[in-house]
Amino acid sequence: MNAWFADLMVLAAEGKEIELSDGGVLADFVWLIPVVPMVMAFVIVFFGKRSPLKGWGMAAGTMGFVALYGTVLFLMNTFGDPIYHEGTVHLADIGSQTLGAHIGDLMAIEWGWMVDGLSIMMYFVVGVVGLLVFIYAKGYMHGDIRYTWFFASFTLFAGGMLVLVSAPNLIQLIVGWELVGVASYLLIGHYWEEHENSSAAIKAFLTNKVADVGLFIGAIMVGTSVGSFRFSEIMAVIGEGGGDSALSRFAFWAGIALFIGAMGKSAQFPLHVWLPDAMAGPTPVSALMHAATMVTAGVYLIGRMFPFYNYDGFADETRWVIIIIGALTLLLTGLIALVQDDIKKVLAYSTLSQLGYMVVAMGAGAYTAGLFHLFTHAFFKALLFLGAGSVIHAVHSNNMSDMGGLRKYMPQTYWTFLIGSAALAGIFPLAGFWSKDEILASVSYAGSNYTTAQGGAALGNFVLVIAILGAFVTAFYMTRAVSLTFFGEYKGKAHPHESPKVMTYPLIGLAAGSVVMGFLNMPGITSFFTDSVGARILAPLDHHPESIDVVLALIGTAAAVGGIAVGYRLWFADKETQKLRDTFHIPVLYPLLERKYYIDDFYMDGIVRPVRGPVANAMNWFNGHVLDFVVNGAGFLARGVGKYVYAFDQRGLDGAINASAGATGASGGFLRVFQTGRVQQYAVMIFAGTVLLVAGFIIF
Amino acid sequence: MFDNGWGLSLIVFLPLVGAGVVMAIPKANEELQKMTALAFAGVTFVLSVLLAFAFDYGAADTYQFGADLNWITAINSRYIIGVDGISLPLVVLSTFITVLAIVYSWEHWPEPHNPKAFLVLILVLATGMTGTFVALDLILFFVFFEVVLLPMYFMIGIWGDRNEITIPVFKRTTEMRLYAAIKFFLFTLFGSAFMLLGFLALYFTSGDFNGGVNTFSIEVLSEIGRAGLWGGTFSFWVFAAMFLGFAVKVPMFPLHTWLPDAHTAAPTVGSVLLAAILLKLGTYAFVRISLPILPDEARNWAWFIGVLAVIGIIYASLACLAQTDMKRLIAFSSVGHMGFVMLGIATLTDIGINAAIIGMVAHGVITGLLFFLAGSMSHRYHTREMARLGGNQKLMPVMGGILGFTAMASLGLPGLAGFWGEFMSLLAAFNPLEGLSQGLFRTLMVIGAVGTVLAAGYLLWMLQKVNFGEPSEEWAGHEFHDVDQWEMAAWAPLVVAILAIGVFPRIVFGATNDAVVQLVAKAFGG
Repeated sequence: MNAWFADLMVLAAEGKEIELSDGGVLADFVWLIPVVPMVMAFVIVFFGKRSPLKGWGMAAGTMGFVALYGTVLFLMNTFGDPIYHEGTVHLADIGSQTLGAHIGDLMAIEWGWMVDGLSIMMYFVVGVVGLLVFIYAKGYMHGDIRYTWFFASFTLFAGGMLVLVSAPNLIQLIVGWELVGVASYLLIGHYWEEHENSSAAIKAFLTNKVADVGLFIGAIMVGTSVGSFRFSEIMAVIGEGGGDSALSRFAFWAGIALFIGAMGKSAQFPLHVWLPDAMAGPTPVSALMHAATMVTAGVYLIGRMFPFYNYDGFADETRWVIIIIGALTLLLTGLIALVQDDIKKVLAYSTLSQLGYMVVAMGAGAYTAGLFHLFTHAFFKALLFLGAGSVIHAVHSNNMSDMGGLRKYMPQTYWTFLIGSAALAGIFPLAGFWSKDEILASVSYAGSNYTTAQGGAALGNFVLVIAILGAFVTAFYMTRAVSLTFFGEYKGKAHPHESPKVMTYPLIGLAAGSVVMGFLNMPGITSFFTDSVGARILAPLDHHPESIDVVLALIGTAAAVGGIAVGYRLWFADKETQKLRDTFHIPVLYPLLERKYYIDDFYMDGIVRPVRGPVANAMNWFNGHVLDFVVNGAGFLARGVGKYVYAFDQRGLDGAINASAGATGASGGFLRVFQTGRVQQYAVMIFAGTVLLVAGFIIF
Repeated sequence: MFDNGWGLSLIVFLPLVGAGVVMAIPKANEELQKMTALAFAGVTFVLSVLLAFAFDYGAADTYQFGADLNWITAINSRYIIGVDGISLPLVVLSTFITVLAIVYSWEHWPEPHNPKAFLVLILVLATGMTGTFVALDLILFFVFFEVVLLPMYFMIGIWGDRNEITIPVFKRTTEMRLYAAIKFFLFTLFGSAFMLLGFLALYFTSGDFNGGVNTFSIEVLSEIGRAGLWGGTFSFWVFAAMFLGFAVKVPMFPLHTWLPDAHTAAPTVGSVLLAAILLKLGTYAFVRISLPILPDEARNWAWFIGVLAVIGIIYASLACLAQTDMKRLIAFSSVGHMGFVMLGIATLTDIGINAAIIGMVAHGVITGLLFFLAGSMSHRYHTREMARLGGNQKLMPVMGGILGFTAMASLGLPGLAGFWGEFMSLLAAFNPLEGLSQGLFRTLMVIGAVGTVLAAGYLLWMLQKVNFGEPSEEWAGHEFHDVDQWEMAAWAPLVVAILAIGVFPRIVFGATNDAVVQLVAKAFGG
């Protein structure tokens, strides 16, 4: 343990000195958490088909292992002493460092595993939610054309996420980050026979790749100016304070760049466009992608780098950008959810909106609140997606216009979906209530305690209003979705039925999680979650409410109830309110939402098509007609000149000497051989010349 | 056995001996020709692996297993060879790819057949390639560098694509293989001529700083260069001359136009060798010759090389987006990837040069495999037009899977070989050698990073066109044989190499790092 480590621990948890455990032997083997899924993904590819359960057993077993390990760690960390352990394996030296605090040191590529409150929370969420989704997928994917391949990619997906969250350095984080990206590409494009699906997969990959430019540059700036990619070294530099360290000088742009990376994976406006299209993948993929893995990666990154974003003199002045982006995402995407007919799209836009909440929290300097919402959201969003999957499975359609009245046919799906919706809407005392309330409180706190650059003051108060509006919108569209799906008359053609137990049990498990997980962090009552994610090598120093703000909680709840009431009025009683709903089709606004603010259109028509079409073709034309014109022109010119020189040589000089008609005729014939345009012969001549030259050198 | 340069000389010349032996075998006995060629290439590869094991990694910055013998005494050109951490990975790469090329050829002979001649050319190429990487005398280097040219010229010219093409603007029609072969040959020769001039200029002035003895020895010339004895316009013109020679080979924008044609026209194995190894002769020469011998001039040129490199990245990626021919797309992608290598070199930092070398090795295994795949696919479909392919994943699942894997590696997916070179040259560009313009190189970093998005774009769209969707009507009723045993034998090692270097980059950095750090420290004062 480094010397600075002991000093910094004093800072931990807002001045409270806390006991840290090194996690013992349990922490020494945390490397298994990412390694087992990565290895098993390959094992399933090669041996899955021949195994008794066609690969599902291996995949679920892997997730079972992660879930168990994650749960044990989570319990130990939450109810025992917080754990801190960092394992490192040196992979290679890559050169020396000339900018940062460690000038002259070799920079290294390392692989390792981080065991602290933040990563343990993620192991738990990915493991537990992942396991339930994997179990569900056995039923949902039954009879799929690429059943084994699906579970191989799915395991890779979870494995990539675990590589990411276990990373003790930025390079490994990037590795995991991109593995998640490629696995999502495989899963979204699972049904690649349809052009639309492979296009959705490409869209997801490329949008993320655009954001990765930011991540790469941010990581490079931070890594170079610290002289190491390790989080512990980065935190050490931050702990020493701003001043004019290299990291401090680059902090603003590095902070922005890293945030751009986060905007890709966590689908923030305007890079959110890939997520709704990602619905092209099978529903279990959506469930995992929207809950525990992938979209949480961006928020996790900000969480991992949180002191960088929160300490004076570093990237704290980027927070106003973060909070604005989060707020835009929160409201704009929530509104789109109102006009969707596809139930998965409603949920997708709802995910975007909730990610907006998390990012707002991070921007408002509320580390715990943001992560807590990530944590609870993972349960109820997975639940909602799996519930939607159960419904889709029953009616063979994604569209709510083909549903209705399903509560009679599928009671378990109905009840669990209802719990999930209520949790998402933030109804007391479900999980979403506690996490959303904490975000509202944090934004309110930011409004009166931070500078504008830090996402506070006027901005904070404005965003608070948006967040409350968002709560209203959330409750509104979820009421609409529940009404259209489970109430009224059944409008579809298939014969709906309740899903098999392998699918409903995971729903029940997630519903239980959606109810109880909020109790881990009730302001003034429990602080398990705060304590466990807050205990890290450098304290996040965020503000955490000591007791519940009753007024804010009431306002938040009122917004949610209001949303439900309006939703109820509009959609519940089906026929009478048709007219009312028609008035909802407001000109300009409605098409604007329908076309998703024309952002997709702009990207396609304004960027992608021009680049793939005219710009690329222009480059290709330039290559063939300009650069090669010079090359070919030189070639033809040389040949032409050669011809005349030769002609002069033969007819002029020799001709003058010989002056005989016969010789001229013969040389003319000889000349014609040269003028056949056979470049080959010229080449051979040149070749022969070269050989002579080289030979000359050697013999010389 | 590696004492006195014997082992290293064997690695270089054994393939040439093999070529002689194959030539002596009667034309009809193809089986024996193949076995002989494989045996010679195989033994060479095993020797190079033994070399890598015998190599003293603690002294990776020194030349090992070397020899220094009289050769052409009249001009004091000597037979000096040796490997250090920089050349070792490239030597192993060359012998490795040569074996795979022969294995693949086993049942895949391009028209007009004639395995004997084809194998002889591969083996001669092998000698030229490894020779270039171990030569430490400029004339020796030049000879090997040129030796490579001839077999490749014949490979393209004889076994190449026989389709007629029309040259734009001039409206002349010619066979693709003839046009491409002569363009490749003349272009490289054009560069080499200048390169040779540069070498001679160094030679004739070296005596002034070397006790009156003119020398071609790279080591001695580097000593002189380090002392900064060459300067002014002289070193500018020498650098420029060598730059032309090397940049054509890399190839750097705008001297790259021979490459798409040569690659597209060449038979599969020709494209593989061209992409996997021949291009590295140019980048290697920058690291081995230009930087140490003319370090001050390298500083002056760095911005120019960096700018051209990044133009190459963006330009090639955009050109890729416009391609309809799969092989030509892969060919253009090489220009982009070599752009990252050159960007790394242009930073003149140890991180950048490390990035360049792992980038070379990664590009060798990845693009080599891509060309194998493109060759095998066009062999089966009799077309390379991506619009006509599609649904390949359905018709040939294993081939499609390997293509997908390799495309991912090519777009720089972390965990696979291609990532390190790209990421680290961007890393190096953020903080180039002191004295170089930080603002410029940081701009280049950002533009280069945008290039990775374009690269992902053209590769993913290629996969979509080729692999995904339903197979076109055209192929209904066709029987397609998925990957055969020879293909598997040639490709599996490449797949493993891509994965191994990606997961455990020390395979390359373990050899290069010390050598690179020392090179930079000596040349640019670390």
